[in-house]
Amino acid sequence: MSDEGAPGTITVASRLEGYLRGGGLFIPLITAFIAFLVGGLVVAATGANPIDTYRAIFEGSGLNWLFPWVSGDDRTLAALNLQQTLILTAPLILTGLAVAFAFRAGLFNIGGQGQYLVGTFAAVYFGSKLDGTPALLHVVIAMLAGALAGALWAGIAGLLKATAGVNEVISTIMLNWTAVYLGSYLFALGGPLHSGDPDSQSIPVSDDVLESARLPVFWGDPELQGLHIGIFIALAVAVLFWVLLNRSVTGYEVRAVGLNPDAAEYAGISAGRNYVKVMLICGLFAGLAGALDVLGWQFRIATNDIQVSNIGYLGIAVALLGRNTAFGTVAAALLFGALLNGTSVRNLDPAVFDPQLATNLTYIIQGLIVLFVSAPVLVTYLHPGRLRRRLRRRGRPAPAEGG
Amino acid sequence: MRRGEVHALLGENGAGKSTLMNVLYGLHHPDEGEIVLRGEPVRIGSPREAIGMRIGMVHQHFMLIPVMTVAENVVLASEPRRGALLDRDAAEQRVRELSERFGLVVDPRAYVEDIGVGQQQRVEILRVLHRGADVLILDEPTAVLTAQETAELFKVLRALTAEGVSVIFISHKLREVLEIADRVTVLRRGKKVGTVDTDGATEASLAKLMVGRDVLFRVEKEEAAAGDPLLQVDDLEVDDDRGLPAVRGLSLSVRAGEIVGVAGVDGNGQSELVEAITGLRRPRGGHIRVAGKDITGTGVQGALAAGVGHIAEDRHRRGLILDFSLSENLALREYRRSPLSRFGLLSPKRMEQQARPLLEQYDVRGGRPETTAGSLSGGNQQKVVIARELAEEPRVTVAAQPTRGLDVGAIEFVHKRLLEQRDAGRGVLLVSLELEEIRSLSDRVLVIYEGRIVAELAPDVSDEELGVAMLGGKARAA
Repeated sequence: MSDEGAPGTITVASRLEGYLRGGGLFIPLITAFIAFLVGGLVVAATGANPIDTYRAIFEGSGLNWLFPWVSGDDRTLAALNLQQTLILTAPLILTGLAVAFAFRAGLFNIGGQGQYLVGTFAAVYFGSKLDGTPALLHVVIAMLAGALAGALWAGIAGLLKATAGVNEVISTIMLNWTAVYLGSYLFALGGPLHSGDPDSQSIPVSDDVLESARLPVFWGDPELQGLHIGIFIALAVAVLFWVLLNRSVTGYEVRAVGLNPDAAEYAGISAGRNYVKVMLICGLFAGLAGALDVLGWQFRIATNDIQVSNIGYLGIAVALLGRNTAFGTVAAALLFGALLNGTSVRNLDPAVFDPQLATNLTYIIQGLIVLFVSAPVLVTYLHPGRLRRRLRRRGRPAPAEGG
Repeated sequence: MRRGEVHALLGENGAGKSTLMNVLYGLHHPDEGEIVLRGEPVRIGSPREAIGMRIGMVHQHFMLIPVMTVAENVVLASEPRRGALLDRDAAEQRVRELSERFGLVVDPRAYVEDIGVGQQQRVEILRVLHRGADVLILDEPTAVLTAQETAELFKVLRALTAEGVSVIFISHKLREVLEIADRVTVLRRGKKVGTVDTDGATEASLAKLMVGRDVLFRVEKEEAAAGDPLLQVDDLEVDDDRGLPAVRGLSLSVRAGEIVGVAGVDGNGQSELVEAITGLRRPRGGHIRVAGKDITGTGVQGALAAGVGHIAEDRHRRGLILDFSLSENLALREYRRSPLSRFGLLSPKRMEQQARPLLEQYDVRGGRPETTAGSLSGGNQQKVVIARELAEEPRVTVAAQPTRGLDVGAIEFVHKRLLEQRDAGRGVLLVSLELEEIRSLSDRVLVIYEGRIVAELAPDVSDEELGVAMLGGKARAA
């Protein structure tokens, strides 16, 4: 799906070119397909049946809920699974957008994880304090706090790049670790934000988020971790992302700098200021993802969770597979959310495939997708028609008479 | 095509020259027809096969590895080896041999990133020769060269043909073609319109073949009716990227209704001067005034607001965003303002409404508002740049190399547009390396040398006098 708007020329080739330019469905689908194929080979190598395994993962993701013929207990179970999948999808959309937005400005934001983490810290802090604030207001304050914390965290990288020319890849990776250790310190036993609850004095956790700051659950039982409204917030942000990028002056500048910084300068756009702005916006997205998780279902932060959390890193794969477009990112986030949940120990029947291995399957598929997307040459080779077309385009810069 | 000849391929931008050559080099495959090589019909499936058939190509954009030495680049992909290692001495020896044989002087040990464009081109040619090519395709080889480098290239080409190498020379510069080629094939819209001997051909006859009609080489213009100064530059000092002074106390002025040409050898501060006036580079000293208002140091937006248009030297680098659509490119200078945007939101519809008449008026062929700029030919891309910069009716237009890489038809178009600006009472500062262009368009010619204006001449001054001034102006005595 082209973010640029469909090209007006009529030929199939030019339409395909338009798709590919803006994102395209073709290459991502092939990429995902090959990744699943290779993942299937891994499953087969362990002696299990890949088709059964993938079917089990699919059912574990709850996506079978969409089939009208699933009924009775199966349907109830599917609904529960789908709720969990969507709970994971929401932050993945946001961390994916955080990477995608930077990409469109020519920046590589590896710092989604750190921005996500400081988002959780700020959200848990404001969510557990301010007792007595009206419910709706409290949620909004905690969410904004998370988003702003992420923005500031990312803004450091943007500012360093704009003023000192520090490569954002390096600075965001370092800020990820800074965030991990900051959290480990804040919520450690005796740390400044360690829980005040007498029961938790021997566990390194935060205070619990107060009822008034929790995101309402709209599907399923709140006691059984039903689906909170975060998915709608994430989808709304995806729409905002599209409008911001394609219909706003800011987005025009972001894309101009991303595609050709020299021409952007010529248009009077300051690349440095733009880097800061872009990183701030990316951080807003990733920080909001952290806030949704904390206010939606985790309700507290434990220091060991900080170490193993990887929602921010998964955002890189989501953005790559989604070709940095709004729609693509949402679709890719759903794919990864389903995979993560479908392969989780809770959902997969050990008779089909060892759930421990299955979790790794997700990472194998994720790794393959990153590999394939970052090496489009491979996919292009598998489809020689496109290769030829590309060369033709390079060789002939001049279809003088438009069709 | 005969053995040992220089055969030129001439055509407008987008006439199909490059495509034809890519077919010969195996990059593209013909839909129909056949290629006959040394009497045999052949199929060339890939560059590798082309190399096997002793066809070599030097692309317009070089394909060298900057961090490797000249010798390493030349032998790349067919290295002399000692065991598993590159035999460096043999490689250097080989480069020296080839250099001497064809008069292609270049230091085999120099790193490619350290040598100039002309030298890099020699490395490309050496590489092709090293692989044993006897058919050499040069795609617009002079586009990146200075006049002197071009002369040297031509010497090399003559040495090559004397050794029996055949050269296909792609260009749209008529004079060069007449100078170097034995025969010329002219293409128009993908079709061959004729092959002629260069003996007896003239620029005018070739241009007519190429464009399909008579082309005016001398621009027809009325006497200038110059008015008040629109652009005044006083004691301007600008540093280059390395922080060294490039413009040193330069002063000039452009009045309403005149075109002022700035002539000079490349690298005498022209780029820095243009960047300072258009706000891209902050001057270290001096003043720039537009219609009396001081815009020194106000940046691009300050220059734009004061009414300075800028036809940038390098349209791919600065002038256009190739992946943007034409309507987005046409909005590049105005997108911040109503009606193109309101309250921070763009209006694609109004951008398109603005683009459509401009594309028509400036005759951008194959250009619809939603086409990407990268898919247009060079001449049409430049028309887009000019449409954008002139549509706002800027008080002063700074045109830097406005016709670089364009064919005769497009050049004529650009020149007419610049003259229209002048006749409408606006000012034009024309900075160009093409003396012919400066002389035919300008009302006054300023000569820049080492960052200063060293002479002001009339446009009909002799080449010799202009040349002497450009080399430091030592003396009219010469």
